[in-house]
Amino acid sequence: MNVLVCVKRVPLTGGKIVLTDDERAISTRHLGFTVSPHEECGVEEAVRMIEQHGGSSAVLTLGPPEAEEQLRDMMALGIDRAVHLVTDGEEWDPQATAQAIVDAIRSEPEPPDLILFGNESADAGNYQVAIRVAHKLGLPTVTGVKGIEIQGDGQLRLEQEVAGGRDVYVVPTPAVVTVKEGLNLPRYPSVPGRLRAKRKPLEASTPERPQPKLEMVKLTLPPGSGKQAQVLGKGADAAPAVVTVLDELGLL
Amino acid sequence: MILVFADRSDDELYAQALAFARTLGDDLNAVGVDDPAGYSPDGWATALAQVTRERAPTVVVGPGTDRGNEVLAHVAAMLDLPMAANCVQAAAGDPLTLTRVRWGGSLLEEARLHGTPALLTVAPHAVAADVAADTEIELVTAPTTASARLSGHTATVTAGVSLADADVVVSGGRGVGSAEGFAVIEELAALLGAAVGCSRAVTSAGWRPHSDQVGQTGTKISPSLYIACGISGATQHMAGCKGAKKLMAINPDNEASIFASADYAVFGDLHEVVPAISAEIRKARGG
Repeated sequence: MNVLVCVKRVPLTGGKIVLTDDERAISTRHLGFTVSPHEECGVEEAVRMIEQHGGSSAVLTLGPPEAEEQLRDMMALGIDRAVHLVTDGEEWDPQATAQAIVDAIRSEPEPPDLILFGNESADAGNYQVAIRVAHKLGLPTVTGVKGIEIQGDGQLRLEQEVAGGRDVYVVPTPAVVTVKEGLNLPRYPSVPGRLRAKRKPLEASTPERPQPKLEMVKLTLPPGSGKQAQVLGKGADAAPAVVTVLDELGLL
Repeated sequence: MILVFADRSDDELYAQALAFARTLGDDLNAVGVDDPAGYSPDGWATALAQVTRERAPTVVVGPGTDRGNEVLAHVAAMLDLPMAANCVQAAAGDPLTLTRVRWGGSLLEEARLHGTPALLTVAPHAVAADVAADTEIELVTAPTTASARLSGHTATVTAGVSLADADVVVSGGRGVGSAEGFAVIEELAALLGAAVGCSRAVTSAGWRPHSDQVGQTGTKISPSLYIACGISGATQHMAGCKGAKKLMAINPDNEASIFASADYAVFGDLHEVVPAISAEIRKARGG
């Protein structure tokens, strides 16, 4: 089985977002980077599938040169190889992103049996790249998946979490599946894994960015809560004041 | 004409989509999909794409539900049109201008969308629901063939109060320190009839199951009271609890960003504060 996981480099935002002067990006001067949380689970699932069923895994990203850091991180977790579609740091819209990914998949030596995405990226959250890729490749797609099982007949049994339970889809491979955090508990990279990742193959190419059809103009911060917290006290001594509040709220 | 995808998986969010659509024009067509075989994302999108081709609306609006985003993305892929998910406002024009949420609502994006019809989904709770949601829904039939179809459902039995519906939620973050440390959180939650939640740091450490996680990639909650213990207030977490009517934060760091969103603040170590609150509740109840 060949599994390809698509990931996106995003900043670790912490508690307070600060924008760059041109208001077109988050100021990342003091921030680290990661991949979107859903995608971490996609990578973990790919590694587990290959461990269990054999085959090979690859990770793909469209992003700036620095995104090689995330590709190496994913290879440190057990992914075999990486494909880097290098950008100049400008954001690509969902249609252009999907087309670049499709072009890269079509030039893969062996077409993947399973293409995994996060349900939505942590930053832009456009909810559509994977679905566009599936249509362009003529593959079935299921989104928001929290359970993947390869059945005896080779089909995929996919579970989505919905109110009150789980919905089930069964699709043949090859397929495009978007996953959500909670699918598994991702492992941490090991030191040997990190060393191996440095030597794993990484293919880079530089696709050309088309004019965006969903064109970001600028980013703005939503108005703050404007709240001024009522301080109820320090340490255990605050307990009576807390209970007074609980009583006022009708919770006792 | 504005076409509204009448996905009724969440009536409240559908009513919000109708209200949003009315900000763009008066002539609304609400179209739902009749599918005797159940739900199929691409099957439903095929039906909706067909209506879109025939009627040439200026905008297609979908509710901010999982299915709203999913079906509209399929329509966008089929018609090769741009789509903007989770919009909070839009103004007709060429190009259409819109504002949408990023980072689960921690950031807003102003954007232009080049393409007609414009495909938009509405961010949950961005606009008040259309109270006069009496727009008649016309049903179109989905094709019998689809590449992926909902084929089964397993019910989950949850013990106690579900996180998403709880009136009070008590959550612990990294400050709890261990899985065992949650005993004090569970004790307080039991006294208040509350659900237990946690931050992403906690689930990543394996202290609690992901089903307890409140956040952008976890459960989004809207309790009357949210008690956040040892949680710093990362954007990932705040995206999941911003629907809480009141927020009480307990944290030893006076500068923790969670206090900027809090209604009530207690400065201190949760392992001292939380048991003291539980004891005080018992005392107040005379027990």
